[in-house]
Amino acid sequence: MSPSEQTHHFRRLVAIWTALSVVADVVFYFAVGPHVPPGAMTTSASGQQTDFIVLFMIALPVMLAVWVYMAYALIVWRGSGAGADDPEGGAKARGHLGIQVGWIATTTVIVLGVFVYGTVELIVPAGAGGGEGPSPIWTPASHDVLPIQVIGQQWQFTYRYPTFGGFETRQLMLPVDTPIAFHVTSLDVIHSFWAYQLGVKADANPSSDNIAFTTAKQLGAFTVRCSELCGLWHGAMYNFGRVLPKAQFFAWAQSTERQNAANTKLLPAFSYTYVPDANGADGGYYPDNVDPYSNVEQYGATTPSGK
Amino acid sequence: MGRGGRLTILGVLLAIAVGLVVFTVMAFIRSSPPTVDFTAGHQPGAPVDLTVQTVGSIGFGPHPTWVSYLTETPGGQWVHTTLWDLPAHTRVNVTVYQYDSGSPLRNQQFGQVTGTIGDRAMLNRKPFQVIDSNSGNGIAHTFSIPTLGISVPLYGDSSNANLCAQAPCTTKSPHNLVQFSFMTPGPGQYPWQCFVPCGLAYLYGNGGPMQTVGYMGGFLQVVA
Amino acid sequence: MALDMRASIGAENVGGTPPPRTSIRRRPGWLGPHVGRALAGAVGGYAFGHWVGNLIAAGYINVQGNGQNDVATVLGLSIGVVGWLAGAGMLDYPLARIVGREPLPPTPSKSWTRYFGPALDHKVIGLQYAVVVLLFFFTGGLLAMAIRTELLSPTSHVLGPGTYISVVGEHGTIMMMMASSIVIGPLGNWLVPLMIGSRRMAFPRVEAFSLWIFAAGYLVILTALPLGGFPTGWTGYAPLQTQAGAGMDAYLVGFAVIGIGMICAGFNLAVTIINYRAPGMSWGRVPIFVWSILATAALLTLATPTLVAAGLFGVLDRTAQTAFYVNEHGGSSYLWQNLFWFFGHPEVYIMALPGFGIVAEILPVFTRKPLFGYRVAAAGMIGVALLSFFVWQHHLFQSGINPDMRPLFMLTTELISIPTGFIFLVGLGTLWKSKIRYEVPMLFALGMFFNFLIGGISGVFLSDVPVDVTVHGSFFVLAHFHYTIMGGLVFAFFGGLYYWLPKMTGKTLSRRLGKWHFWTMFIFFNLTFFPLFFVGLLGQPRRVFEYAQNLQVWNDFSSVSAFCLGASFVIFVVNFVWSIFIDPRPAPPNPWHSLGLEWQTPTPVPPYNFTRIPVVLADPYHYSRTDPKPVADLGPRTLVLAGTVPPGTSEAVGTDVTGEEGSADPRPPIA
Repeated sequence: MSPSEQTHHFRRLVAIWTALSVVADVVFYFAVGPHVPPGAMTTSASGQQTDFIVLFMIALPVMLAVWVYMAYALIVWRGSGAGADDPEGGAKARGHLGIQVGWIATTTVIVLGVFVYGTVELIVPAGAGGGEGPSPIWTPASHDVLPIQVIGQQWQFTYRYPTFGGFETRQLMLPVDTPIAFHVTSLDVIHSFWAYQLGVKADANPSSDNIAFTTAKQLGAFTVRCSELCGLWHGAMYNFGRVLPKAQFFAWAQSTERQNAANTKLLPAFSYTYVPDANGADGGYYPDNVDPYSNVEQYGATTPSGK
Repeated sequence: MGRGGRLTILGVLLAIAVGLVVFTVMAFIRSSPPTVDFTAGHQPGAPVDLTVQTVGSIGFGPHPTWVSYLTETPGGQWVHTTLWDLPAHTRVNVTVYQYDSGSPLRNQQFGQVTGTIGDRAMLNRKPFQVIDSNSGNGIAHTFSIPTLGISVPLYGDSSNANLCAQAPCTTKSPHNLVQFSFMTPGPGQYPWQCFVPCGLAYLYGNGGPMQTVGYMGGFLQVVA
Repeated sequence: MALDMRASIGAENVGGTPPPRTSIRRRPGWLGPHVGRALAGAVGGYAFGHWVGNLIAAGYINVQGNGQNDVATVLGLSIGVVGWLAGAGMLDYPLARIVGREPLPPTPSKSWTRYFGPALDHKVIGLQYAVVVLLFFFTGGLLAMAIRTELLSPTSHVLGPGTYISVVGEHGTIMMMMASSIVIGPLGNWLVPLMIGSRRMAFPRVEAFSLWIFAAGYLVILTALPLGGFPTGWTGYAPLQTQAGAGMDAYLVGFAVIGIGMICAGFNLAVTIINYRAPGMSWGRVPIFVWSILATAALLTLATPTLVAAGLFGVLDRTAQTAFYVNEHGGSSYLWQNLFWFFGHPEVYIMALPGFGIVAEILPVFTRKPLFGYRVAAAGMIGVALLSFFVWQHHLFQSGINPDMRPLFMLTTELISIPTGFIFLVGLGTLWKSKIRYEVPMLFALGMFFNFLIGGISGVFLSDVPVDVTVHGSFFVLAHFHYTIMGGLVFAFFGGLYYWLPKMTGKTLSRRLGKWHFWTMFIFFNLTFFPLFFVGLLGQPRRVFEYAQNLQVWNDFSSVSAFCLGASFVIFVVNFVWSIFIDPRPAPPNPWHSLGLEWQTPTPVPPYNFTRIPVVLADPYHYSRTDPKPVADLGPRTLVLAGTVPPGTSEAVGTDVTGEEGSADPRPPIA
């Protein structure tokens, strides 16, 4: 194949690809961009949204490059086409150092760029809403963080507010414009706390404190689902929460604290991790005389079951 | 052996293998406890009476040592199931005969009565809203419908008494009577479960009967 | 010496050969080793193991409390597997050696019944693998249809919730078990010796063992259903695993059994490729499919032991009340996650790499062009295999791992996409100015490229931690791995099947039915799984039986497409059964005009593959009229093989495999 034919195909491909990529990226950014999940309700959610948009705008030209090339090749170089040349063999067709090096270099640059961007997007919104374990390193700038404990158990999430006396509720209410620290733990198997519109996901492990941060910027309702298979009713383990204005949130918290005071006294003292009482309710898997290997707060029985 | 003979043998073997596989898969998929129908002959506006019992060990079937709920049909028979057909937007009066011993709750949050009419329930005909599971006999089971916010703790019997160990139990055995009412919502399937980890000898108590429909969890199938 | 021991070792004529030892008596037809006897052994073994388990553990407090004897189940399944292997004749050789008897020499059989028993010919084993793989696939597919039926409605349920998650877990486990051997088993075992110019595999008995234990694994995991199913999904997370019913034991034993088979298959292939290459086959001439199998074999051998260990800990937790995975008693719920994914991530590359190898092998044949960037392709496969050990924590981004780890594993996971992308460089380069023939294998290879692109790019999204916060554990992940495994590997597998079946069976598959199969499978596959990306992004987690009302349209669209996808496999089955059994048409020895060494043999391939070990002259990619080179000299002279005379010389006379004077290859063909 003559060099001019080679450039001819190449130029055509580049032209088609450039046109399509520009159009696709622009259409995506303006038409789809604002609606990209998980939305912009919180700092972590909008960070994830931006990240997704950037990644997709890089991915679109990459995918289009392959698809345009393949479509072109499959049409132009199909064997049954009249006057189709015999393909070229020899050393030139077996490898081309420039193309290979160029491909490797380009993919490496793209990948490293995506990595750097992803790391920035992870650090800046205080961990991007993901669970960071008991010693988080990317925390909100402000020190006025509201801690909320998320307790996962088979098969419901309950929430404890330590700054309001440690009451426990099945409703999750949050104040707007306040950094929130979710301390996610479990009383039995592994669950995962996924607040979709908040852009928060943190696994709930027994005897572990998994911390995730976010700050809500908009009012509204959000869904909480368990996203780690935890047994029979995993699919039914969801509830709904709301982001409220600050004053309304405090009113709700204080009134709930009052209403639940009687039950809060019966709950164990607040702690960031608990040992589930495995001997209660005859649920003992280990023999009764084998104590749990932990001195943290036992959640449940103050005295072991007599059975 | 001729080709026809070989083909026949191969075909038969393949059919047997495929048949066994399909049978195993389908038999597993289709296994389900029966549904008790409370909608037949139901007058719109009239309440529905739902009577259940909880026993410490069911005493029959593939898992005789498991705890279980049982349901009484409108005709008065006790059936081993936790699936009910209920009419929509109807008041359901629930009566629970609780035949099992209790213990402290893993999460005392479930010692509260929530979501019922009047936000309370009756224990042996006396109203209550919270039970301290660390005192007395403790709580044996709860009746909870998480998606509707309904939860009622069921007080336990004394473990020293001669508890019924074979279902269905009669009121001759020691028991507690819990009664409450709630309104069914619109049509749909609503899962319900017990929040006391009472699966004996399972890790964290939540295996076995706790994870099997027909024992300690089931569905409210609300039909229009 | 004080005592003359020579007589006791049969050395009466010191310096001569020992007297012949007594053989095991050979049993007649029906009592000999075959699949029926294996089944009987399995049932008997299970009953015996179960009985022993009851003897040991029926008195345990736990067992009396929950009525569930895991010791009996585990022992029953394990001894059942041993019984299956004994019935299949896998234990004959080692037992004979242990008691000092001469093991039975293999009976070379030409009858069709040889496919039902143990075989030492890698070609027979390859076809046996194909049958078992298709059985796995069919079962998993049935379960997939059940899943999509349940997901037709968010609120009205066809299956009970416990049944549903067991079906999901069973589907996933069966498919993953199958996919780990779907190419290695049928195609790897069948093709590798032929491609490297060898008459046999390095360890034929180990190869047979890996097949029979693979089939045993299928039976074990299928037993999970009658035992009540398991609630953890294919990932088996502890401590839910410890809490689960008896079906969980089938999962743990099943994976251990499959794992042992994978390890055996892996080192067998690796040793064969490294040591049994024909003379002249330098590493630069090894077919690219063999490179992919070598990379896969390394992963199989090195990563799978972790799974076996993890499964053993799980079994101990469930039977002996140890606490490997139980936090409160000194273990950790993170331990299983880490062990499983340390295996799990190389496992998915075990699945992807052979697919790459197949399409790289198919493309040159149907474009009539050399493979572009052969060294890049091989380097890419080795790179993927190496890097795959360093990325596993991307499955654990939100679980509470040390937050410093997350950028590190984000980096390694994104770096692995570079060598993975090499297959695209190679494929696209091979298409440049080619002469494309749209035969069925080529269509599947092209479909694989299309699907794997989507799968791979979605993987980059998942590797990015902020985006992963939303999409982890959702249907986005599900769509990603179905695109890579099913869209990539399974499409490549079918491409390879259509490509190599004429050589493997000697019969031609119908071209028209093949094209119908491809188009229906391709279209409905994409229609089934593409909407699931959106379903996941819109908030539906995996393995749930209830989902948001507004997602019902997407789910229904996907479900109906899934039913059509299932139906498209019927076309393949009809084609397969019709063309091979009912109305077979003999295939020419090289219908695709491929330069590959495996195609230079006659059809059907003789039991010893090559009458003389070939001397390889070039790699099999010298297509096009300007550079026609034969890939090997199939009739080399003796002195050529001895290395004293260069190939092409006219001196010296060669001999053939019947072993007349100066037989070229001193190694016997089969053990």
